[in-house]
Amino acid sequence: MIGLAHYLTLSGILFLLAVAGIFINRRNVILLLMCIELMLLAVNFNFVAFSRFLNNLDGQIFVFFILTVAAAEAAIGLAILVVLFRSKNTINVEELNSMKG
Amino acid sequence: MQQVYLTIVLAPLLAAVIVGLFGKRIGRAAAHWATILAVGLSCALSLYTLVGLTLGTVEPWNENVYRWATVGGVHMQIGFLVDRLTATMMATVTFVSWMVHIYTVGYMRDDPGYQRFFSYISLFTFAMLMLVMSNNFLQLFFGWEAVGVVSYLLIGFWFKRPTAIVANMKAFLVNRVGDFGFLLGIAAIVMYTGSLDYQEVFSHVPRLSGQTMEIFQGSAWSVISIICILLFIGAMGKSAQVPLHVWLPDSMEGPTPISALIHAATMVTAGIFMVARMSPLFEASETALSFILVIGATTAFFMGLLGLVQNDIKRVVAYSTLSQLGYMTVALGASAYTGAIFHLMTHAFFKALLFLAAGSVIIAMHHEQDMRKMGGLRKYMPVTYWTCLLGTLALIGAPGFSGFFSKDAIIEAVHASTLPGAGYAYAAVLSGVFVTALYSFRLLFLTFHGKERMDEHTREHLHESPLVVTVPLVLLAIPSVVIGWLTEDSFLFGGFLGDAVQVLPGHDVLAEFGEHFHGPVGFVQHGLVGPAFWLALAGTIAAWFLYLKRPDLPGVLADKFSVLYRLLVNKYYFDDFNEKVLAAGSRGLGRVLWRTGDEKIIDGALVNGSARVVNMTAGVVRHFQSGYLYHYAFAMIIGLTMLLGWVLLTE
Repeated sequence: MIGLAHYLTLSGILFLLAVAGIFINRRNVILLLMCIELMLLAVNFNFVAFSRFLNNLDGQIFVFFILTVAAAEAAIGLAILVVLFRSKNTINVEELNSMKG
Repeated sequence: MQQVYLTIVLAPLLAAVIVGLFGKRIGRAAAHWATILAVGLSCALSLYTLVGLTLGTVEPWNENVYRWATVGGVHMQIGFLVDRLTATMMATVTFVSWMVHIYTVGYMRDDPGYQRFFSYISLFTFAMLMLVMSNNFLQLFFGWEAVGVVSYLLIGFWFKRPTAIVANMKAFLVNRVGDFGFLLGIAAIVMYTGSLDYQEVFSHVPRLSGQTMEIFQGSAWSVISIICILLFIGAMGKSAQVPLHVWLPDSMEGPTPISALIHAATMVTAGIFMVARMSPLFEASETALSFILVIGATTAFFMGLLGLVQNDIKRVVAYSTLSQLGYMTVALGASAYTGAIFHLMTHAFFKALLFLAAGSVIIAMHHEQDMRKMGGLRKYMPVTYWTCLLGTLALIGAPGFSGFFSKDAIIEAVHASTLPGAGYAYAAVLSGVFVTALYSFRLLFLTFHGKERMDEHTREHLHESPLVVTVPLVLLAIPSVVIGWLTEDSFLFGGFLGDAVQVLPGHDVLAEFGEHFHGPVGFVQHGLVGPAFWLALAGTIAAWFLYLKRPDLPGVLADKFSVLYRLLVNKYYFDDFNEKVLAAGSRGLGRVLWRTGDEKIIDGALVNGSARVVNMTAGVVRHFQSGYLYHYAFAMIIGLTMLLGWVLLTE
């Protein structure tokens, strides 16, 4: 029988993978966006699992919102990425440090 | 009488303002007429007041005319106290000032600053009258500072001469030292009596006399002594007593009429007048009187010695003034206030006369002041010679002349005094008589007798000065000769000054002296057998021998006693001490404060330092701003973890 703990563990693993991806990845901004996406999915997993466990549909409604926001975010993120590539001619994270103090 | 007193004070001020502001527009003649008439009016009214007070037709007057301000219960008033002491001063000041005004017409004839000069001397007359007529300390201080300012302006009158600028700066700075003491004295008076009014302050004296104050931890000082000594420090500055005398000889850089008016006859006597006016205070402190006695005696003798080695005709007279001021101070110290005021009055006449005579000589010599280039002027300038001779006789105290009565009275008073230091003072004033006669006749012989040492060109142009110069000389010579006969009896022994000066019974040296004889004739008879007369005679003969009979001797003596001679020529190194120790010391202190205090601590540490701290902090902190996204994300995660950890652990 698959219990709540399994879902939460999976979601935790996914979240940590995403965090690790953000830190370890130094090359590609697209990967960053994907990692953020993955984090959101991990959170969604949590919501759905708890919703089911607590017999409360609120969590699943949240998931829909989050998916919508994630889609919009991905669209904006990719658009920014395209503009960034046009101006800097690179998507290497190492080189994107014009905010350095 | 209020209108009369206001007129006396304000007429010279009005003239000074008009001439000062509109001098160029109204022209030279109008400038001197306006000021001469205004001061003449003051003089006439002052004489009227003096005569009225003497005859008893005018009552002494002590009232306030205007309340300026009230601060914490202390009333700052403008008021007049006119009694016989004040009236004597008023008459002396305005009369000498008037003579000097007239004389100036001749002396400054070709000067481009003609109107300015008249404006200044009228302003001076106003300031001096405010000083002497005041009935409270604030107005006294106002007049005190005002005469100081005018003195500063007039010493530097020829402001294109570097020496004049240095001299007026010196006079101002030295006077600041004295005035600081004076101001502290007034502050102490306000602190202990809560009043500025003379009469009120004097009424507190019995209460104050036992009181002590603590300046340093665990030391008890008599309040009244402290007040008196502080006030006297002010007098030392203004009346040029050792060691604050250094400005007076240098002030001779000013035009000669000013030397006569301010630096001989009137302003420098402000300190003497002030101490006499404060006699109820000073009587209560033997310490202060003793201090005054010693300072005065030192000035009287040692400054007179300096007159022997000067070659500038005006400087000789300047040192003689210092010495005579010393005599007056000695008289104050011996409680012979009337003697001091009497000498002040006679001295004002004959010293103004001597200065104006010196000025007359300077005009004739085309502004040459070195006595070594004069000589034999007697036959060219008879009026100047005879008036100068009368002034000299008065100065050395030849029996019958005005200076004789006042100086002998002082010497006898010091003789009778029992204060600590009186023995030293008696020796000093007595030897001072010899020195006075020696330098006075040295001046007279070098200038008017002997070989003619001027160059050909000057000799051809030698002639007697015009009437505007000689008339004041004659008018001043008359009181120099006769005023002693006329006033000696009532002034010294008749209690002429009345309540204006108060002397404790034990201190009344003049009364003791007065018991022995009566009238001026008795005084002269007494004088002829006293040591002072013989010393004066010896001085005169010595001068005759050294400068007429054997003119080569002074040089030989100077070589023989070269150490002493150098000491005198360098004025006891007072100037060097001031220049090398005090001035250099304060400059050094200023430099240290500037370099470390200002540049290092304030500029370096506080102002630039705080900016630099911000800069350095920012320089370190900015490195956290790497610009890499994952650094920021990492920081967020760390922060989140720490927050979570904290929340979980504290629960």
